[in-house]
Amino acid sequence: MSIVLDVQDIKTYFHTEYGLVKAADGISFQVNQGEIIGIVGESGCGKSVSILSVMQLIQTPGEIVDGKVMFDGQDLLRYTANGAEMRAIRGSKMTMIFQEPMTSLNPVLTICRQVTESLELHLDMDRQAARERSIELLKGVGVPDAERRVDDYPHQFSGGMRQRVMIAMALSCNPRIIFADEPTTAVDVTTQAQLLELMKDLVTRQNTSLVIVTHNLGVVARYAQRIYVMYAGRIIESGLSDDIFNHPRHPYTVGLLNSVPRLGERHGTRKLIPIYGLPPNLINMPPTCAFLARCTEKVEKCSKEPWPALRAVGDQHYISCYVDIKGK
Amino acid sequence: MTAYIIRRVIIGIIVLLLVTMLVFLLVRLLPGDPLMVYMGQFSVGGSGTTRITPEEYQFLYHQYGLDRSLPVQYIDWLGKIFHGDLGKSVTVGQDIGELIAERMPRTAYIGLITFVIGAVGGTFVGIICALRRGSWMDNTLTTLANIGMTIPVFWLGILLMYLLSYKLGWLPTHGWTHPLDNFGKHISQIIMPVLAMAVGSIAGLARLVRSCMLEVMRADYVRTAWAKGLQERVIVVRHQIKNAMIPVVTALGGAIGMILGGSVFIETVFGIPGMGRLMTTAIFDYDYQIVQAGVLLFGAIIIFSNLIVDIAWGWLDPRIRLA
Ligand SMILES: Nc1ncnc2c1ncn2[C@@H]1O[C@H](COP(=O)(O)OP(=O)(O)OP(=O)(O)O)[C@@H](O)[C@H]1O
Ligand SMILES: [Mg+2]
Repeated sequence: MSIVLDVQDIKTYFHTEYGLVKAADGISFQVNQGEIIGIVGESGCGKSVSILSVMQLIQTPGEIVDGKVMFDGQDLLRYTANGAEMRAIRGSKMTMIFQEPMTSLNPVLTICRQVTESLELHLDMDRQAARERSIELLKGVGVPDAERRVDDYPHQFSGGMRQRVMIAMALSCNPRIIFADEPTTAVDVTTQAQLLELMKDLVTRQNTSLVIVTHNLGVVARYAQRIYVMYAGRIIESGLSDDIFNHPRHPYTVGLLNSVPRLGERHGTRKLIPIYGLPPNLINMPPTCAFLARCTEKVEKCSKEPWPALRAVGDQHYISCYVDIKGK
Repeated sequence: MTAYIIRRVIIGIIVLLLVTMLVFLLVRLLPGDPLMVYMGQFSVGGSGTTRITPEEYQFLYHQYGLDRSLPVQYIDWLGKIFHGDLGKSVTVGQDIGELIAERMPRTAYIGLITFVIGAVGGTFVGIICALRRGSWMDNTLTTLANIGMTIPVFWLGILLMYLLSYKLGWLPTHGWTHPLDNFGKHISQIIMPVLAMAVGSIAGLARLVRSCMLEVMRADYVRTAWAKGLQERVIVVRHQIKNAMIPVVTALGGAIGMILGGSVFIETVFGIPGMGRLMTTAIFDYDYQIVQAGVLLFGAIIIFSNLIVDIAWGWLDPRIRLA
């Protein structure tokens, strides 16, 4: 299996009036050809910032201060953010599906225009060809009556349908990798499952890689082969989906799993336990492990030593913790 | 879209009718005698500008239909206006319809130039500021716009006149020449009035366009556009401007009202024989019928421009058009 994307030690900081927000503080992850991976973590832990950094879509006051994004043998961070090289990759080889289907489509342009513009730009299609291809794409993602609805405006589509349009747009130029930033948080549970199935189906068929960003570990575990768990701007555990889901080794991952219902689980068979406390303020980060204050497994070493680096605890399984829950 | 336009037109007509009622009542409810509206200043018996006997008064009162009920009088009045009969001015002694036909084109002409300069200038400045936000140019222009918005039109007019005519002697202080008679002179005479009125429009619009553009730049769909790999130019033109224009169009409609209002001052200051000047003179001469006709005309123009704004809204925003 070949590596498509190798993100190395990305640091993205926001210069706010309250101080420096270290939204992504040394994020590394790899994505293999045709693989589905999950990036999981609480709201505000830096998931969106991390993947936006990969595509250099960070706006002021944010700044990517360090790191490498290896893609096709090139470090993308060497390219200027909106230069020709970066633009040629965005939307064609690397695409993104955003969190908010309600606001991520332009309200004053028809669906057709919004799908065709990538096709015209990256595949050099003319208007007519692009239009026909758009209709095919919309059919492919399950938009009923696509010939007619292609001329509709976003407000005439339901949230789920709009997200299907976003998926069609993301797939339109046969990308090597798709980032889906919480693609299903804004839709109901049934639609959520349908959309995830659809995405899985389509990427498998095209042998495209998919990065699903979500705060719901249970959902992503079903679809992803590997999972990265983030906390306060860092990755604190990573490994095969099955290992993370069934044998988590970091106290935060354990807490995360105990706090959300699992897919397919009968209601009430297991008591949900929330993680107490709040994630730390990203401006004044403690020198120690950032999860320390909320951790139920802490030992003396935790409050003396700095935040530990990731270490291998099994085949492809890494945690950044002095305590290994399983090994305890 | 058709259904939407028809709805808007109907609403416009209703508002216009309400305006005619207001204008009619305005004059009827003025202190003094309604006969004054038709006759000008007079007094019964005693001393005054014009003296008439009580018998003559009764006769005229009946002749002008003032002894009939208000609704009947209103319908009668409306019917006349509908046929273009706006009455005859007591002070000028001329048919008011003719008077307006002579004066209004000048006001419309100056107003239109002001409007175009204001709209184009304001939009341009606003977009530049938004694209270069935080730069010294943005800061300077935004500060100037803040000042420009607060300057009263007549004050700016007088200031310009003082500087450019009195101190520097570059431009004539006042007057009006038809463009076909002497184009150079015509231009030199309209520069100051247009400038005085355009400054407020440019400033107000620039501020609005700037803030709308900044808001739109942060919109999720613009981020989507960036993620597609589009160029900044394409993103601004295709994705931002149309969205940012939606609130701006409303302000453009408002600018027409502001320009018409400003013309009342400006035409007086610069001695332009237009509609605004006609109205100021009429007010001082108690020539109510001209005031009535002027208010009605300005009201109709504003209602019409609001209708255009509504239609433009529908054209820009499918959520309104298809609702
Ligand atoms: N434009 C910005 N200005 C200042 N701080 C920002 C900005 N964008 C993000 N941040 C900071 O970066 C941190 C990470 O944000 P990010 O959007 O990546 O979170 P997330 O993990 O995607 O959360 P969510 O699940 O809510 O989408 C946040 O805590 C936020 O304070
Ligand atoms: Mg996010």
